[in-house]
Amino acid sequence: MLHNPTSVIDCDIHPAVPGNDALIPYMDEYWQDQFISRAIGEMDLASYPPSVPLSCRPDWRQDGEKPGVSLDRCREQALDKFNCEIAICNPLYGGQVAASGLMGAEVCTATNKWLAREWLDAEPRLRGSIVVGSQLPDRAAEEIHRCASDKRFVQVLLLAGNEMLLGRSHYWPIYEAAQKHGLPVGIHAGTMYRYPTSGGMGWPSTYLQDYASGTHIFAAQLQSLIMEGVFAKFPGLTFVMIEAGISWVPSFIWKSKKDWHGTRGEVPWVKRSPAVEIRDRVRFTIQPFDTSKDPVHVEKLIEHLGSEDMLLFSSDYPHWQFDGDDPMPPGFPARLRHKIAQENPLRTYPRLMETV
Amino acid sequence: MAKHVVGKAEDVGPGMRKVFEVRGRPIVVFNVGGDYFALLNRCPHQSAELSMGLISGIATADEPGHVQCSRRGEFIRCPWHGWEFDIRTGQSWCDPGRISVKQYPVSIAAGAELVEGPYKAETFPVSVEDSYLVVDL
Repeated sequence: MLHNPTSVIDCDIHPAVPGNDALIPYMDEYWQDQFISRAIGEMDLASYPPSVPLSCRPDWRQDGEKPGVSLDRCREQALDKFNCEIAICNPLYGGQVAASGLMGAEVCTATNKWLAREWLDAEPRLRGSIVVGSQLPDRAAEEIHRCASDKRFVQVLLLAGNEMLLGRSHYWPIYEAAQKHGLPVGIHAGTMYRYPTSGGMGWPSTYLQDYASGTHIFAAQLQSLIMEGVFAKFPGLTFVMIEAGISWVPSFIWKSKKDWHGTRGEVPWVKRSPAVEIRDRVRFTIQPFDTSKDPVHVEKLIEHLGSEDMLLFSSDYPHWQFDGDDPMPPGFPARLRHKIAQENPLRTYPRLMETV
Repeated sequence: MAKHVVGKAEDVGPGMRKVFEVRGRPIVVFNVGGDYFALLNRCPHQSAELSMGLISGIATADEPGHVQCSRRGEFIRCPWHGWEFDIRTGQSWCDPGRISVKQYPVSIAAGAELVEGPYKAETFPVSVEDSYLVVDL
């Protein structure tokens, strides 16, 4: 348990890498030279351009400052305001989407070193995700092994949209390394944009379509992870769907279970119903809460999920997902608030118990 | 429960299945390597006729990609949605505790003992030389 029974564990905040200049000191000599001589500038994700409204709540935005770069503002606007005893940092930056896997791996490594030094060392309430690129899974596994000795890193972080579906065995070195160290694998909204976010039917015309399509990506990845056998191969692994929304999950569970009844012979390594696997081993952060906040509807949603263990408190700071001071959507019943804010995160991230 | 003589045993050879109507109910009798099993001929999902499905073994795997097939001929797959049922028990493979097909005891009786009773074939003559399928229902 946490020290304060009313405090929360925020499972998704976003410290922003100010730019490559901030990372270059954490790169090896070759890559320092590459970044300087090639004048490679910012590598912000196209999924979260700093200027779009979603990337920062208006009352948290500072003129001329990239959202999320200030630890002081993070303390004041999030950690203190939400009463966080712990918050998990998920830096979103270009290493995970770089066309060059080698460059991507170096940017991810530098991002992890930067996070440990500039944020985790400076603020004891913070924990980190190990950011890895999916371009070169063996390099990602090496980075997981390197970071795992620092117990403040509590999960491995991937983006939702990659070069292939995440269940493919190409990615299994990442899962093997994560399982070895008892780290859940977080999958965060955002994509490498190798494929249309629409689910492959063609490129959408607007940001709105692009962001709303994120749900399809998560559904496809979850299906792939189960059916390709990742859950069977790595029985100790938990997945956290971050900024994935929640309202689509009950129907997804229902359909994947139903289809499995008829086509199980294709995937005989899936021994348990997908519904059971998802309820046992997949977690979802609560922001954005993409459905009605009416308490009756929220209760129905929880009933349809079929488990009270699956939801994790998150603010998604500084992204603009809610207004006011409380990231917990208003419709949640009192009995679940403590569970979502403390119990479920502590169970999901075993390392939090070691460091509380 | 009453015993019903439904037909000649030789009419349902090894690996075959045959549908009988017993007290108005469709019953499918399977012969699995000489053992007989009787199930209600109705999938618990949406009532498709199970007798129209494929008879198969069961595919299992301890690891992705390493598949074994076993128990050849012991499963029936619903013709509509492919749900797999264990012919020996009527249980579904996916959810054996909750989804199953009603099973009935079936046995073989020699014609000689049937002629003497206590059972009676309702719709066809019984000869002393043959063996018959008897379903309890």
